[in-house]
Amino acid sequence: MSEQQKINFTQAYNRALDEAMAADPTVIMLGEDIGDKEGGGVFKVTGGLSTKYGDHRIRTTPISEQAIVGAAIGASLAGMRPVAEIMLMNFITVAMDQITNHAAKLRFMSGGQTSVPITIRTRTGAGMGAAGQHSDMLEAWFAHTAGMKVVVPSSPADAIGLLRACIEDDDPCLFIEDALTRTVSGPAPEANHILPLGKANVLREGSDVSVISYGRPIQDAVKIADKLAEEGISVEIVDLRTVSPLDTETVLNSVAKTGRAVIAHEAVRSFGTGAEVAAQIQEHLYSDLKAPVLRVASKDVAVPFSRVLEQEFLYKATEIEAAIRQTLEGRATR
Amino acid sequence: MNPTEPFSPTALLEVYRKALFINVVDERMRSLLRSGGMQAVYYSPRGQEIVAAAMGAHLKPTDYLVTIYRGIHDQLAKGMPLKLLVAEYFAKATGACKGKGGPMHITHPETGVMVTTGVVGSGLPIANGLAWASQLKGDDSVTVTTFGDGASNIGAFHEALNLAAVWKLPVIFLCQNNQYAECTKYEDATSVANVADRAAAYGPNMAGVTVDGNDAEAMWTAMRDAVARARAGEGPTLLEARTFRFMGHYFGDPAPYIPKEELAEAMAKDPLPICREAVLKSGAATAADLDAFQKQYEEELEEALKFATDSPVPELEEIDRDIYGAA
Repeated sequence: MSEQQKINFTQAYNRALDEAMAADPTVIMLGEDIGDKEGGGVFKVTGGLSTKYGDHRIRTTPISEQAIVGAAIGASLAGMRPVAEIMLMNFITVAMDQITNHAAKLRFMSGGQTSVPITIRTRTGAGMGAAGQHSDMLEAWFAHTAGMKVVVPSSPADAIGLLRACIEDDDPCLFIEDALTRTVSGPAPEANHILPLGKANVLREGSDVSVISYGRPIQDAVKIADKLAEEGISVEIVDLRTVSPLDTETVLNSVAKTGRAVIAHEAVRSFGTGAEVAAQIQEHLYSDLKAPVLRVASKDVAVPFSRVLEQEFLYKATEIEAAIRQTLEGRATR
Repeated sequence: MNPTEPFSPTALLEVYRKALFINVVDERMRSLLRSGGMQAVYYSPRGQEIVAAAMGAHLKPTDYLVTIYRGIHDQLAKGMPLKLLVAEYFAKATGACKGKGGPMHITHPETGVMVTTGVVGSGLPIANGLAWASQLKGDDSVTVTTFGDGASNIGAFHEALNLAAVWKLPVIFLCQNNQYAECTKYEDATSVANVADRAAAYGPNMAGVTVDGNDAEAMWTAMRDAVARARAGEGPTLLEARTFRFMGHYFGDPAPYIPKEELAEAMAKDPLPICREAVLKSGAATAADLDAFQKQYEEELEEALKFATDSPVPELEEIDRDIYGAA
């Protein structure tokens, strides 16, 4: 990996799509405003691609989420590898039937005769002042549906490797891009960097407590781990990368070693990924635990508009740090 | 098929034979349900056979079909092997979907039966994708998606027809208007006199045609034109086949919402005997020929039923298969 070269998230998504389209002529894209005529997408992720690969492979659609996902499904049944862009994650609700009743289930319901190798890229995240219908992290809904793969990158390099993997995968993948950190940069990987799906990444090894997370909070966890290291506290960070299928093995190996776990995600707290990970840990490692498994998440309300309320809604880095300290004390939440 | 081929006695016989085959299977399915010989959800296509038969007459195995829970007539007309279909209805391991999809999710890609959906209207957006793939590949396959009049009132219908028109896709939206959306009369839930009137809303790329779907010649000809239009890259068609559902929404539905006189009038115009008479009159086949076809279909069905009956139920391990592809 070249240390000098940097790439931001938006450039990373664009590069992954570019590489995928160059590598495989069956990769096609559809979504609202994604062509260069429309400006290359509202978030500029697809900029330049329709000029390079043609309007037939990169098709701007009407504002019709059911039609977008449905067309992706149908094309995939006929041998293509479509990448559908749903501009914002809240708009995915319009296409829920296509995703959960069809994309996720056709392989199983057909007894394996058909498969749906589609990638749905979508963008979301609070902190932009976009309020209740443009900010939700809804990954748990899809992780709750058998047949779906749900992927959330935490760095630009991972974004490339995971998006390439989604496009090459033979199952429907939901790829979630964070709106707030779109211009954050990180080291650029070599060309054709492809990561495995369903495999978590031990981003940092440690011995006292495991922080299990994905997406935006990973960056917070890294800073906290650096800070706590100065106090002699050794934090292991497990980046799930793929929320579903969950890499239970890597999570359990980590917590078996540390005996303590803090799960952090941006999505609201209740009935979320954190609940599933915590349940897996206590089912398998009950006697190894030195402390209750804790969750750090956003509040169980709609994302508010007012900046002060939006920040109050969001999980906080300080809460991750406090949770780590609490597990070290072996103290339950009261 | 020649896109300008006129309707002929041969074509009429082909439509009738397919309709007869559907009828033989459908009658037996209902009889099995009544006797307890089969346990399955069942949506009889009785009364709508000609629509499917005329559709199937124009399609190749490489053309795509997206149908619905009331789809056995469409699947048979498309050429799906009867054994695999019946074994799936019987929930057996040898069924097309290994007993994991059932009647509402019949799939058989080899004959182009790509999706059967149990959700009203959901097939239309998927059909667009199949047609889009054909357009990209430059093959001349067409995609037909069938649905009832009720599906023309769901949002997916609008999204799909608009996209198909804008992209000029080789897709045929075949609405089998059987007058009842589940238990609700057509005009009590639909704002237009004909479903195909809605084609006008999608501009010049979308053809809109309403035909008597129970009339073999009218249905065959309309389907011929829609297929020719799609194959030539001239765009999609919303083809509304007017028909009637004789057996209620689901098997066992006494359909009290259909006035007796209305049902009696529709059944007096049962398309099957009318088509049979037309075949005999055309000289394409004799009564003895048609009886022989019927016997042949009944034997084929017996064989399929025996295959299904003798087949094992799925292994319990099957529940963990086909969730994801090989890693």
